[in-house]
Amino acid sequence: MHTKSVAQLIKGLRDRQFSSVEVTGAYLERIALLDREYNSFITVDAAAALAAAAVADNRLGAGDSAALTGIPIAHKDIFCTDGMRTSCGSRMLDNFVPPYDATIVQRFRTTGAVLLGKTNMDEFAMGSSTESSYYGPTRNPWNTALVPGGSSGGSAAAVAGLLAPAATGTDTGGSIRQPASFCGITGLKPTYGRVSRLGMVAFASSLDQAGPMAHSAEDCALLLNVMAGHDPLDSTSSPTATTDYCTTLDASLAGLRIGLPIEYFGEGLDATTGTCIHSALRELEAQGAELVEVSLPHSALTIPTYYIIAPAEASTNLSRFDGVRYGYRCANPVDLHDLYTRTRQEGFGDEVKRRILVGTYALSAGYYDAYYKKAQQIRRLIKQEFMDCFQQVDIIAGPTTPGPAFALGAKSNDPVAMYLEDVYTLAVNLAGLPGMSVPAGFVDDKPVGLQLIGRHFDEARLLNVAHRFQQATDWHLRTPGSASGGRR
Amino acid sequence: MRWEPVIGLEVHLQLATQSKIFSGSATAFGAEPNTQASAVDLAMPGMLPVLNERAVCFAIRFGLGIGAQIGKRSVFDRKNYFYPDLPKGYQISQFEAPIVGKGNFEILLDDGSSRSIRITRAHLEEDAGKSLHEDFHGQTGIDLNRAGTPLLEIVSEPDIRSAAEAVAYLKALHSLVTYLGISDGNMAEGSMRCDVNISLRPAGSAALGTRAEIKNVNSFRFVEKAILHEIERQSEILEGGGEVAQETRLYDAERDETRPMRSKEVANDYRYFPEPDLLPVVIDDTYIETVRSSLPELPADKRRRFLEQYGLSTYDANVLSGSRTLADYFEAVAVDCGDAKIAANWVQVELLGQLNRDARTIENCPVAAAELGGLIRRILDNSISGKIAKQVFDAMWRGEGSADTIIEARALRQVSDSSALEAIVDEVIRANAAQVRQYLDADEPKRKKLVGFFVGQVMKLSKGQANPQMVNELLAKKLV
Repeated sequence: MHTKSVAQLIKGLRDRQFSSVEVTGAYLERIALLDREYNSFITVDAAAALAAAAVADNRLGAGDSAALTGIPIAHKDIFCTDGMRTSCGSRMLDNFVPPYDATIVQRFRTTGAVLLGKTNMDEFAMGSSTESSYYGPTRNPWNTALVPGGSSGGSAAAVAGLLAPAATGTDTGGSIRQPASFCGITGLKPTYGRVSRLGMVAFASSLDQAGPMAHSAEDCALLLNVMAGHDPLDSTSSPTATTDYCTTLDASLAGLRIGLPIEYFGEGLDATTGTCIHSALRELEAQGAELVEVSLPHSALTIPTYYIIAPAEASTNLSRFDGVRYGYRCANPVDLHDLYTRTRQEGFGDEVKRRILVGTYALSAGYYDAYYKKAQQIRRLIKQEFMDCFQQVDIIAGPTTPGPAFALGAKSNDPVAMYLEDVYTLAVNLAGLPGMSVPAGFVDDKPVGLQLIGRHFDEARLLNVAHRFQQATDWHLRTPGSASGGRR
Repeated sequence: MRWEPVIGLEVHLQLATQSKIFSGSATAFGAEPNTQASAVDLAMPGMLPVLNERAVCFAIRFGLGIGAQIGKRSVFDRKNYFYPDLPKGYQISQFEAPIVGKGNFEILLDDGSSRSIRITRAHLEEDAGKSLHEDFHGQTGIDLNRAGTPLLEIVSEPDIRSAAEAVAYLKALHSLVTYLGISDGNMAEGSMRCDVNISLRPAGSAALGTRAEIKNVNSFRFVEKAILHEIERQSEILEGGGEVAQETRLYDAERDETRPMRSKEVANDYRYFPEPDLLPVVIDDTYIETVRSSLPELPADKRRRFLEQYGLSTYDANVLSGSRTLADYFEAVAVDCGDAKIAANWVQVELLGQLNRDARTIENCPVAAAELGGLIRRILDNSISGKIAKQVFDAMWRGEGSADTIIEARALRQVSDSSALEAIVDEVIRANAAQVRQYLDADEPKRKKLVGFFVGQVMKLSKGQANPQMVNELLAKKLV
């Protein structure tokens, strides 16, 4: 049961081969069995999940089902869930039970999906390894000595470890794509504004975007169909019409122009990873796509630009965690200053504090022009560069990360080395573009991801390319447990 | 040395929208604490602001009302600081690109003259909540009902030269925004709050002195007192050869003084930057024209029209155009009775006087304009004298009915029946033979004085109901 794709589960539920209670129960069993080791979930409410599954079964029985009725889904613990703790991986929100659902959580509820639980993440989504979580690190199901990537590492590990058929994640600088790559699954970061941010705890408002994480492009399309769409309560959500992302999956790749930025294949890219990516590209070429060398000369500036803008926004987004209205409050504050200082000292972890400090500095009087304003100017150049590039090509492809998953603890004391993990993913967020990571091979039994980048609101094209690739390859069907994975 | 004050005002105007600027919560005043605070107002995790279009419309109305440039692309910014009644840890405001640019408007001084004051800018922002320090036994209570209430911060150029001008500016602003219907202008409920920037310079000098900013001045009277106090304080420093410190001071109404705010309260680097949760507000010309076409007649235009159309005095026109309700009331009375000057006089003297005595406003005046018009019509058709009319007005004020009802009920109609009046006049002449002799012996100027005695006697006998003009005519005929 747990080896089925979302598409297969939908069919099985409709055909009454099994019930949602059975499917949900099977995943809950695996969570109980395996998650002690993976630590991919922060909160699981088995009773609530089974109750929701029973309701879904009634709907299925009554012929009243919607797209994902009865499908268990795990949500990253950054999405507010009515009545269920939403911690954001932080001590600060360890006691926080929202009285409301995030828009996307609501959309999954409406379609009848079953909330399996809330997945682990880097604290406030700040990190690339899921090691900064207050609830301890998540381990990579392919090799538990390795990190799963981050910040959506819990969602990636839950899907890779077959503890959930699919999950949601968020991506501010690569937080869906990098863990998808490290865990050998498929992840999509939609165009900025495609999916509502309401009820998603903000990290960097102008970069944050929620997206699906699953085994295949087809499953991602099924989830995106539920997630995408305008939300009048999120002013930055786009009114651009959505399409049924499943209908274009099979389109031919003949004549598709794929841009390969020379900057994404140069120094810093692990050689074996590069080999995997090149052979994946040859597969696309074999299907009729044309590979075109392109250049994104400002790529070198993406890390410094991102690490000004994201911390700047984060520094003020996180001001609301002050111990006054909800969340963690220090014991026995003597006065207001003490309340603020100790609450934030004790409630936030090191990486969060580091980014608040960097962001506060970048916005300070006298530094604003040199840092924040300059970074915004470069951000515009980066976006323009992509726009120019998309005049010549339909999508851009390259590696998701410079190399495969690294060992737990290997970079946790070296913030800059950790930041370099995102060198190929950050620009996509800065430019607001959709990006995907698709399993494309292995390096020493560690998964490698192919990154696909599309034009604004061209998610359908990315899913199409990824799906065609997955029709011809089986990387996405491999699961942890044997050398280079056994086929599902 | 004579010192000239240089004053600029920043007014925080509460806009009269039904809901808050970034959430759907109600803005009504006086609700139980925290009953008008939603998840957005409480800055719960993941909550996002959605701009209230009505607040934008109101800001544009103001901009057009002062002839200002409307920002075609205005941007919201975050102003960051920590305070318990500021739930997000930042206030959403506008910094570099405000919605209203430079403009100006006319203020009226007590001597009847007017001056033009330039407006630097006006921008939209959200209000903070309230910190309540009493009743919590050494702790502080937070009421977030007000958090997110839309404010328009209106910044003037330092064009104001005295406390009286500052008050005139605020009155003119109050009049303008209530005309525009964008604020209730209720000072007691904090709908207009004022910060004063003030410096002194030697009279005739063009250079600017060092300014102090006085916060927390929330009534016309306090603005006047705070400025007078500050002028005195600064001139004493300057006379003594000292230097005024550039600082923020707080006006303490109870002690009638300003004092420096603690440095902790002002030493903020607000780290302004564009609010990423909101898109820039883009306003096109069509929208601006739609708003423009919905503007009412503004105070200055109405004043001019009152002067020209009704021939009112400058003073009357100023007072009567001061509030839209008062102006409408006056015009209704004038139209009803057909005599604008008498209407102006009655509204100004009797009506405003009575309202003042009862501490009421024109908005809840017990006598409707048509009723007052009806009373004036009885003066004009000689049914009653002006003096009797005042009695009738008092009765109307007490709710005893229309002018006609009261006149009939109390038999106050003026006696204009010449035979009845003749009888009274004859009786007065009969009863005052000595005075009649004195009158007849007197020369013309003296007679004019003495005739008043006879008129008085006739009025007394007729209980004030004799038509004074007819009495004069009869006396002139009989005292020969």
